[in-house]
Amino acid sequence: MNYIIGAFKPACSITISLADGKSRKQVALKKENGKTVLIPVFHNQETISGKISIEPISGKKVEHNGIKIELLGQIEMYFDRGNFYDFTSLVRELDIPGEIYERKTFPFEFPTVEMPYETYNGANVRLRYVLKVSISRNYGGSIVEYQDFVVRNDSPPPSINNSIKMEVGIEDCLHIEFEYNKSKYHLKDVIVGKIYFLLVRIKIKNMDLEIRRRESTGSGTNTHVETETLAKFELMDGAPVREKVSPVTFSESIPVRLFLSPYELAPTYLNINNKFSVKYYLNLVLVDEEDRRYFKQQEITMYRLSETS
Amino acid sequence: MISDGVVEDEEKWLSAGIAGLQQNAFHMHRALDSNNLKDALKYSAQMLSELRTSRLSPHKYYELYMRAFDELRKLEIFFKEETSRGCSIVELYELVQHAGNILPRLYLLCTVGSVYIKSKEAPAKDVLKDLVEMCRGIQHPLRGLFLRSYLSQVSRDKLPDIGSEYEGDADTVMDAVEFVLQNFTEMNKLWVRMQHQGPAREKDKRGKERGELRDLVGKNLHVLSQIEGVDLEMYKETVLPRVLEQVVNCKDELAQYYLMDCIIQVFPDEYHLQTLETLLSACPQLQSSVDVETVLSRLMERLSNYAASGSEVLPEFFQVEAFAKLNNSIGKVIEAQENMPIAGVVTLYASLLTFTLQVHPDRLDYIDQILGACVKKLSGREKLNDSKATKQIVALLSAPLEKYKDIDTALNLSNYPRIMECLNDGTHKEMANVIVQNILKNKTCISTAEKVDALFELIKGLIRDLDGDTHDELDADFIEEQNSVARLIQILHSDDPEEMLKVIETVRKHILTGGRKRLPYTVPPLIFSSLKLVRRLEKQEESVSGDEASTTPKKIFQLVTQTIEALTSIPVPELALGLYLQCAEAANDCDLEPVAYEFFTQAYILYEEEITDSKTQVTSIHLIIGTLQRMHVFGVENRDALTHKATGYSAKLLKKPDQCRAVYACSHLFWLDDHDSIRDEERVLLCLKRALRIANAVQQMANATRGSSGSALLFIEILNKYLYFYEKGVSQITVESIQDLIKLIRNEMQGDASPSDPAADAFLASTLRYIQFQKDKGGAVGDKYMLITD
Repeated sequence: MNYIIGAFKPACSITISLADGKSRKQVALKKENGKTVLIPVFHNQETISGKISIEPISGKKVEHNGIKIELLGQIEMYFDRGNFYDFTSLVRELDIPGEIYERKTFPFEFPTVEMPYETYNGANVRLRYVLKVSISRNYGGSIVEYQDFVVRNDSPPPSINNSIKMEVGIEDCLHIEFEYNKSKYHLKDVIVGKIYFLLVRIKIKNMDLEIRRRESTGSGTNTHVETETLAKFELMDGAPVREKVSPVTFSESIPVRLFLSPYELAPTYLNINNKFSVKYYLNLVLVDEEDRRYFKQQEITMYRLSETS
Repeated sequence: MISDGVVEDEEKWLSAGIAGLQQNAFHMHRALDSNNLKDALKYSAQMLSELRTSRLSPHKYYELYMRAFDELRKLEIFFKEETSRGCSIVELYELVQHAGNILPRLYLLCTVGSVYIKSKEAPAKDVLKDLVEMCRGIQHPLRGLFLRSYLSQVSRDKLPDIGSEYEGDADTVMDAVEFVLQNFTEMNKLWVRMQHQGPAREKDKRGKERGELRDLVGKNLHVLSQIEGVDLEMYKETVLPRVLEQVVNCKDELAQYYLMDCIIQVFPDEYHLQTLETLLSACPQLQSSVDVETVLSRLMERLSNYAASGSEVLPEFFQVEAFAKLNNSIGKVIEAQENMPIAGVVTLYASLLTFTLQVHPDRLDYIDQILGACVKKLSGREKLNDSKATKQIVALLSAPLEKYKDIDTALNLSNYPRIMECLNDGTHKEMANVIVQNILKNKTCISTAEKVDALFELIKGLIRDLDGDTHDELDADFIEEQNSVARLIQILHSDDPEEMLKVIETVRKHILTGGRKRLPYTVPPLIFSSLKLVRRLEKQEESVSGDEASTTPKKIFQLVTQTIEALTSIPVPELALGLYLQCAEAANDCDLEPVAYEFFTQAYILYEEEITDSKTQVTSIHLIIGTLQRMHVFGVENRDALTHKATGYSAKLLKKPDQCRAVYACSHLFWLDDHDSIRDEERVLLCLKRALRIANAVQQMANATRGSSGSALLFIEILNKYLYFYEKGVSQITVESIQDLIKLIRNEMQGDASPSDPAADAFLASTLRYIQFQKDKGGAVGDKYMLITD
């Protein structure tokens, strides 16, 4: 039976090793099969280089029509599974057609690659970068090996970052004013703010601040919107004032301080390759004693701040 | 039934809460033991989630809280160790804030905050400020109160106070104060809000529950008072105004009353004194249902005690014009609270009075002013019947008496009697009694007629029947009261006889209105007081001869006569008789024969006309004989007339033994040792013989009626008289007659029919012993006795 098994095994093993593989930062990424693997991280316009080594199974030779390495940036829509849209595709020929009898290494380099989009794993869409090595053969099909990598792009701090201020309410029922210190937050930022209660006539049980992610895919009539609550943070237990006293002289303020670091957030993505967008919202929710919810949603922009700066 | 169910359920919820808490605490301990910070945070947050319950009453919630509190201590120690192991405290401080639920988050934050301050990596004031600010997130009253109480607890020893190790560069005390004040304000808001949440029918229950929680709020004030850096200046400028602002603005009855009291109790006296105006100005602004009078009373009580602590503090009181401020404020409070019960008003004035007496003992005008204000409030109403109010009134009126120990002072207070007017009869009487007792206790001397008049007007409740007071029985209280009045009359004294006479006249005027019930108690002391004056005049006349005093014994005797006559309307003849005799004796001492005679005449008339009871007759006749015996002022004629009458009365007594005794007593009327003129041996003997005859008759009567002879007692008594006169040298009393008498007695006693009478035996024996004694003594008397042989 051994030889039959041998027949289905790839005739050689392909190893992709990156030039600075040991020193490069890696992040954990969940694969489709549920396993978590560590994957190297790159930035836009970085040079990606390394070595490919091909080692035939001992005593066998590999006949091929050429070996190439591709760098692919792909977007996969879940409603259109298996159909990848490549927005980036770079190819390097590693070898001309021939035979490999023993272990052979090929260096490769993609200098200053344009990788404008970040790797993203959403509800309905996935954006991924991959190195693909293929040994094309006449028979037995090509031998292919993939190496995923993650792209993360830092942004400089925004030059304009206004606070969010808003007054909302239900007439003669509830009147509040809220204030978040910024409209743009980096991923490890802290949301600081205050909620002012000017009038409370409904029996509020508690108040939460939620972070919601809104992912929209497709366009036109085919647009799919998926909203996910990533954080639910209780801001207030009970309710402050009983009756309207005088909003000028008397208002209760509830402090807001929400650390973003514990949550798995990513930057805001706007219209990535005309395929999808991901936006973030702060949702202030008041729950009354009958579990009715009163809420107000505000968009915030998330950005990735350089970790070194 | 329903409430039982609730209690049961509550127990169930509590035990469920405790179980949950313990389970998570267990996991937390394991995480702590293995230095697993992540798990420690996770389980401690879960543990603290048990405190999110809304189902427990404050009492039960407290139980749960205390358990969590203990666990948090362990966690705090862990955090501390963690930082020493190199974990940054700043990181920890952030890490605990990741908890999604606010209540566990804030408990953890306070716990880490405590470690943070201790680490001194950040100024204490910044951490405290952050904590107290973040705690705003808990707006649920019960949970908020406990959380803030926890904050207060963990921060108490970490305030940046003067001298504290957490003291910062400049002015950090202010931060400490600011922190406590803010926590206090927030807690009070929560506490007040509690009253308004939930169904209206459970309002009372909520009030009660809030009562249980009040110390959580009050604790903050206590902390403030403990801050070293809160000096008078800061208290005045910051602490007090801020606290009062909260108190006034919260408009909650329970909170206002409790917090005002708290302020008064926790801060030092001198602070109160220096900020009196501020403190007092808050009072009229309180809700009208607040028991301000108690609050103010406590304040004044404290200040009074402070004033009493030493005279060196008194200038402070003067300096801040404490009295004027208090008085003014009380006026305002009373004005502001229209429906304050009268008892409250009086309580306020009573407290103010106590205060004034302590601080300004010399300012009678202040005291009168207070009483005046009180009168104003009391007058125009019905007489007070509210027992609480009357009690306070009595306290109010007693205070000056106790302080000055001198009714004189009270009599100078023009408003004092006016308040008395407002009292109902019972209270009036009670108060009068207090006054009298006070005078008696302090032996106050009241020496002018004017004052006496005022005093008696003041205590008129004791002196005469007030309208409506008609019960006739003489109960023990009444007798006690009248005896007090009697003692009071005795104590009135003036060195100036003329004034004294006026005093007596005044008293007389008052007591004559007293009615038949009182006269028997009040007349005698007055008479004796008068007689005392007579005797004093007598003595003075001897020393200062020839004065032209308008106050003469004669005049007094006239007055006395009239006074005693008042008694005739009441059937107390024996009392009147006794008084007449006393007067006669006084007249005797003044050598006023006609007056003395007149008194005797009056006494005799009473004896003849009024005294019909034979027993009374006996005592009266002995009184008459005794008094008459001592009279020396009478001329022969008058004396004869009187003695004759007296012997006549004696012989006419109903019972023979009484007759016998009265008759032999009469013998003394005829023999006065120090008056040569009155030595009528014959009549002495006559009396004795007559007594013997009567005694014989007694024996015979006894034989006739009972078949046995009576006691020899009478004979022995007569024998004693014989011996007396024998000794005095009455020649008519012979040795033989004595010996005969002794023999007679022996016969009587040895007779078969005579009953044995141990009293008589003993009497005889001691009489004989006396004879023997005199014999043994020798000398002239002994010689005389030697003649007597058995």
